[in-house]
Amino acid sequence: MKRTLGFVALGAAASLFLSACGGAATGGGSDSADSFDLGSTEVVNASDKAGGTLKYALAADFDSTDPANTYYAFNWNFSRYYARTLLAFNTEPGDNATDLIPDMAVDLPEPNDDFTEWTVKIQEGLKYEDGTAITAQDIKYGIARANFNGGVFTEGPQYFKAHLDQDDHNVYDNGDDPLAGFDSIETPDDHTLVFHLKDSFSEFPNVLTQPQTAPVPIEADREALYQENVLSSGPYKFDGQYEPGVKLNLERNEHWDSDTDPVRQALPDRIEVEIGVSQDEIDERLLSGEIDVDLAGTGVGPAMNARLLDDESAQGNLDNPFSGALRYVNIHLPIIEDVACRQAIMYAADRDSMWRAWGGATGGDLATSLLPPAIPGSNTDSDLYPSADNKGDLDKAQEKLDECGESDGFKTNIAVRTEREKDVQTAEALQQSLARVGIDVEIKSFPSGDFFGQYAGSQDYVRENNIGLSVSGWGPDWPTGYGFASKITHGDAIMATGNFNTSELDDPEINGLWDDALKTEDPDERAELYTQIDTLVMENAAILPVVFDKTLIYRSDELTNAYYHPAYMMYDFMALGVDRG
Amino acid sequence: MSAPSHAPETTEPVDSEPGASASGRSDADNRSLRQIAWQRLRRDKVAMVSGLVVVLLILAAIFAPFLVKLFGHPPTQFHQDLIDPSRRVPYLDPENPDAGIDRWGGISSDHLLGVEPTTGRDLFSRILYGAQISLLVAFLATLVCVALGTLLGIIAGYMGGWVDTVISRAMDIFLAFPLMLFAIALVGVIPDGVFGLTGNGLRIGVIVFIIGFFNWPYIARIVRGQTLALREREFVEAAKSLGASNRHILFKEILPNLVTPIIVYSTLLIPTNILFEAALSFLGVGINPPTPSWGKMLSEAVPFYQTAPYFIIFPGLAIFITVLAFNLFGDGLRDAFDPRTSD
Repeated sequence: MKRTLGFVALGAAASLFLSACGGAATGGGSDSADSFDLGSTEVVNASDKAGGTLKYALAADFDSTDPANTYYAFNWNFSRYYARTLLAFNTEPGDNATDLIPDMAVDLPEPNDDFTEWTVKIQEGLKYEDGTAITAQDIKYGIARANFNGGVFTEGPQYFKAHLDQDDHNVYDNGDDPLAGFDSIETPDDHTLVFHLKDSFSEFPNVLTQPQTAPVPIEADREALYQENVLSSGPYKFDGQYEPGVKLNLERNEHWDSDTDPVRQALPDRIEVEIGVSQDEIDERLLSGEIDVDLAGTGVGPAMNARLLDDESAQGNLDNPFSGALRYVNIHLPIIEDVACRQAIMYAADRDSMWRAWGGATGGDLATSLLPPAIPGSNTDSDLYPSADNKGDLDKAQEKLDECGESDGFKTNIAVRTEREKDVQTAEALQQSLARVGIDVEIKSFPSGDFFGQYAGSQDYVRENNIGLSVSGWGPDWPTGYGFASKITHGDAIMATGNFNTSELDDPEINGLWDDALKTEDPDERAELYTQIDTLVMENAAILPVVFDKTLIYRSDELTNAYYHPAYMMYDFMALGVDRG
Repeated sequence: MSAPSHAPETTEPVDSEPGASASGRSDADNRSLRQIAWQRLRRDKVAMVSGLVVVLLILAAIFAPFLVKLFGHPPTQFHQDLIDPSRRVPYLDPENPDAGIDRWGGISSDHLLGVEPTTGRDLFSRILYGAQISLLVAFLATLVCVALGTLLGIIAGYMGGWVDTVISRAMDIFLAFPLMLFAIALVGVIPDGVFGLTGNGLRIGVIVFIIGFFNWPYIARIVRGQTLALREREFVEAAKSLGASNRHILFKEILPNLVTPIIVYSTLLIPTNILFEAALSFLGVGINPPTPSWGKMLSEAVPFYQTAPYFIIFPGLAIFITVLAFNLFGDGLRDAFDPRTSD
């Protein structure tokens, strides 16, 4: 999910993303150290004990509590407390966690032959918090308002808008019936939805896990104000005291039926969220047991990170899972046009030094390929630009420089986000290593809020200022090759500003493979295509991978059923409970 | 600035400071104020020591490349072999990683002040090079303040009337400006390459401009006040009656008598500007990496306050000592020049 990394603006959220990294629990022989990182692979403190209050705290704020209008991974996870979705991810740790299972649906959706039409049935007997029945029409309306709203909502993803075969529409400016003319989703009866897409989209079921598929009755919709009191379809409902930016408390919804819900354990009686608490304070209170979970899910802040890794007694309470993100350097094709020149950078880069900038073993795995380990088709062993100890191969780099006619190296600039300490150090490490072959890199730092809008992601700015490189990071919207990498490597994703395909890679072969994947039914075959894309992107030397980064999460002893879910890249909040002993 | 007063002998404004002549000692009568001040300064131990520190700092900054060649390593050179990659702080013994980490940052004969976490860059040379940036920005900015402040202050004080009103109101407005916020915003939006400046040249230019352009009223107010007093004095009247132009009176008659307060207040402005630059760097709108800067080093040190406290202490001490030295020296100068101070 996109926003674990805060690619877009939201300066206030920056502290959330200064995620983790620091020391290894190497050589720890104590009992507690045995449970280091246990939550990454299995359920820790398994328990079915119900009751109690589960306390969260959040350093930044929700982009919105309205399921239609949110793009933070933590909120895609959290909103499931009160907003059920059509599909969900499997509820177990490990390799099968990213498999899809039905939530409100009866079964997984059925496509037609070319994946342009999808039919899904929902369960009968589902109810809102007021006891009224949930219908297919409400789900249709929820999707319509989230995507076709004339700009009322600005935060959420736009996959439905991009793929539904729907003319322009605005539910808030459509006469008496907001859905009149909205024919891309049909509801032949109260429990069936038929989606009509304008192109083949084999991964469409992944989109149906997103919070935008939560049901919203037309009469309940209060547009932007709906987030103040979302009508619950899940096990918890707002207690009516929500203060945006301050606190959100959820209490049990008596009309939710656990028999209809394979996803949520709903153990605590009450959920409390404190909003706008500084990261340092959250970390301190996590340790003291005053709060149970850091809602942002991006791990402890840098100060606590350094402290925890230095504290033997804390090792057993630490989890160190992948954040899901790849940290990388874009090599901008329009600036460094010759592929051999770009490959010279790939060879000359001291990957070991950049990996250390990210905090070594607990900071992440050194990356030599595009797709992160949790994604089917990832090929993290492949390395097209190998070197001894990953220190860079200067002879090869020189060969490549000769090949592109720049034997003495060349000058370029690297753009970084000022506030991101590790991005800056990555750039410094790259600067040092490229200088070894005469590639002279000057570091230009920019505020992260405008980084993609005005600087590294602006085609004009990049060209006018000879920005040949930029430090970036990306996480998947859903855990497949397409959900991860299409936005950063497909030619169609190139934008004039706000450009996340920052290297401006527009390779016909890669574009063709992406399009093929969307017409391929078998996930394994798709995974093979994604592996090919991975290799092609590396051959093009458009992206210099740095690390698959990891977070450092403090796991309270009172927390039950804690396990890392790779789809949300944090604990599965729906499983959590508390046992205060 | 140190040129002796051009004031006509007969009017002797500099030598006729009431305090000096009122002291009534015969040997004092034949000395200029500057000589008296120098004598006083020499007797002020605190001022002399801080003055020495200031001189040493300036020399250290100027000769940083030479000193680093002798005692350190290039300030951007990585030494990651000294660093525990996970905890990101120096090993106690790089040969034996299992021995743990060194809370004192790997201080050794090779690295006099230890090395930075993560990158292993030599802290000694980074602090020396950081002094270059700090002092360069502070001096340039102070120069701009003094130039603008003196010019506008002397004009306001001498001309009076509507000119004085306009300039004085402008001072009020500039002093009310939220300088720090303005600086943060401006550094972020100024595009690379304006005025033919790029990279650090541009950053330094912008910071100097902001500090200089908004801090001149502090100097201007003092200069204006002194000018108001001076313009009523006999030597000015005399010059006027001899038909001297305004320009001559302003810059040849009045200005020389302002040199002392200007020097004193510039000395006190420099540490303020050092702190301002450090604050900007701390907030990430200072100099581009990897160029070292004290403020930036401090902000990078924050996450390591427990595992690598030396990393906060050394740059913090550098700022502290510099600011304190300039302040004490400035105070000493002021006291030395102040006729009301008794010997």
